[in-house]
Amino acid sequence: MNVNLQFLALTVLKIVAVLAYVYALLWVMGRSSRLVKVLGIVAAFAIVQIALTVKVGKSPILNTFDVGLLFQACTMTMVALGLNLIYGFNGQFSLGQWGFYGIGAYTAADITFRWVNRDARGLLVAGVGVALGGLLIWAINRFLRRYRGVPVLSAFTIYLISVIIAGAAAVFFGNALQPALAPLFGTKEAPGILASPAVLQVVFVLAALIAGAFAAGVSFLFGLPVLTLGSDYFGIATLGFTIVVNTLMVNSDTILPFPEMKGGRGMIGIPKLTTWFWAFFFMVLVIIIMRNLVYSSTGRAVLSVREDETAAKAMGIDVAAYKLLAFVVGSFFAGIGGAVYAHYIGFLSPGTFSFLVGFNPLIIVVFGGLGSMTGTVAASFGWIFFLEGLLRVLLSQLGTEAPTWRFVLYPLALLMLMLLRPQGLLGSVEWGFLRAPRILSRPRPAASTAPAPAGK
Amino acid sequence: MSATVAAQESPPVLQTLRLTKAFGGLRAVNEFDLTVRRGELAGLIGPNGAGKTTVFNMISGLYVPTSGDIRFEGESIVGLEPHEVTQAGIGRTFQNIRLFPNLTVLDNVRIAYHPHAGYTMFDALLRTRRFEAKERELTERARDFLAIFNLDRYQNELARNLPYGEQRRVEIARALACAPRLLLLDEPAAGMNPGEIVTLMELIHFIRDRFNLTILLIEHQMRLVMGICERITVMDFGEVIARGTAEEIQNDPRVIEAYLGRGAAGRAHAAVSARAA
Repeated sequence: MNVNLQFLALTVLKIVAVLAYVYALLWVMGRSSRLVKVLGIVAAFAIVQIALTVKVGKSPILNTFDVGLLFQACTMTMVALGLNLIYGFNGQFSLGQWGFYGIGAYTAADITFRWVNRDARGLLVAGVGVALGGLLIWAINRFLRRYRGVPVLSAFTIYLISVIIAGAAAVFFGNALQPALAPLFGTKEAPGILASPAVLQVVFVLAALIAGAFAAGVSFLFGLPVLTLGSDYFGIATLGFTIVVNTLMVNSDTILPFPEMKGGRGMIGIPKLTTWFWAFFFMVLVIIIMRNLVYSSTGRAVLSVREDETAAKAMGIDVAAYKLLAFVVGSFFAGIGGAVYAHYIGFLSPGTFSFLVGFNPLIIVVFGGLGSMTGTVAASFGWIFFLEGLLRVLLSQLGTEAPTWRFVLYPLALLMLMLLRPQGLLGSVEWGFLRAPRILSRPRPAASTAPAPAGK
Repeated sequence: MSATVAAQESPPVLQTLRLTKAFGGLRAVNEFDLTVRRGELAGLIGPNGAGKTTVFNMISGLYVPTSGDIRFEGESIVGLEPHEVTQAGIGRTFQNIRLFPNLTVLDNVRIAYHPHAGYTMFDALLRTRRFEAKERELTERARDFLAIFNLDRYQNELARNLPYGEQRRVEIARALACAPRLLLLDEPAAGMNPGEIVTLMELIHFIRDRFNLTILLIEHQMRLVMGICERITVMDFGEVIARGTAEEIQNDPRVIEAYLGRGAAGRAHAAVSARAA
């Protein structure tokens, strides 16, 4: 019992430390001086990096288990922030986030897997496909805007056909260019320039961005017709989407032409390229994008859709477009999160992306507070460390079957929270960097240039 | 009455031509003709279920008319999306106040400026200088705008926390922030006490002069309509039953019949004539 208490205290301390870390990171990012900001972010990165490398006795300060939790928390932050944009800020109840997460993971994994196996087609096809498809979507969007009342399904068909053409062109391009690039990879004994670790790092970053863009593209095509549904129906449709994606993963080697994904057996041999630097980098990137988007005119338009669609229309807001925008950006975050996860874990199994697990980001978003970015970030870290770090290890000391109680205790905790604090842990409170920028919300100066008094 | 005379000669801002909307077998609005001229303060009245709000919803693009045409400044706006109608220059308020309840009053107004924010999403993502400048300008503009309505003291208050009458004023201010040339007010006096109605009448007069507006309003409160509207159109069962000035409407037997019932029409008419005499 003595050992348990010590462990309990240590884990609670860890959770507190992690939350303090999140708070400090957001605080320092919110400083007005650019120098302080950059130094602070570097310091926040360095602290963990030091804890990962410096050894106390035999093992580093942060053991492998904790590192795993940390990486999971980073990916979960990205996925959950995306979902908060869709559900918390735009009011569209989506269960599809996990599907986009899976798409991102598999896309990025396939690109780097092929690359380390001296096949550049993954990068070429996905990269060219995403770029070409994005360009076509943008051009068609500009074109369609000239016409009044184009039915959604007609627009969808046009987009779909053009994206398929872009995909076919990308495959053709990739196959044509592969022979030219193949010699540059060299052989196993004498690696060529493209097989060097530095190039691999670049490929990884590109893969993550392409994975995000690919997930965003899919969400655009899926969201265009489906977002016209009311919120509940939209939720069901997105649940269907997650199931479809999962089924495709299970059968990726039979009905899809990707034998390297090995279907239900799981994809192995993905290079473990996610270092703490990349996890931290992408997480901070997502946080910055999210915050800059929310505190802008675009963000207010997204919010207005959640508040009252009819009123938003009457204010001149293109409701359909902003629903789609939030959905696409949210999926982009999920795709990047998936890429980071895939290269951390090195093994992808369709079971990870089943729709039941897909409720996790939803739980985190609600737990942290709908419409609170800070809540999402804090809940992502707190939740992982609570569920995996505390409960799993603590309960395993009580007996081999005891960890099963995890999924009794944690739903109970969730239930308690919903009863006691229905707005989520943080409600709509924001910390530091994620608070509304001061220049935009400061009160009117005393010597105001007030115009003529009202006619009241 | 000189304003009325001037309005008679000014060009029409809004015209509906044989406007019809059918919900299944029910013709909510039937062959509705209406002309609103520049600078006019026109009223649309009628008993409950007469189809007034349906007309508004068709003008603002929320409903697509079954047949007929709507012309705004000479151009047909049938088939435009609601946000396009707003951007074309028609603002509106709603019968049951539709503010953005969980946003501040300032944000409520800033959202109305969104179509003319002057920067793109990428400016916002990269926090470019253009973003900083335009965002500050837009915020200042919104504050000045709220000051016109004496609402600037509420600017950081959530819209849902405001008293009812103030919420109405915020809604009208927000509609005006869209810079409309025609403003549609759907029962602005609903749920207001007589004192608040007087304030509202002053406000409506004030905004028309200040923003050079044409206003079309739906109302139940006869006091408000008779007090401020220069020309009134009366609807019942989706059709126009009378048009004219306040006095003409008050004495029209068909209007009295629609409001008070057939039997009452004769007596009321007699009473009105007696009072006039």
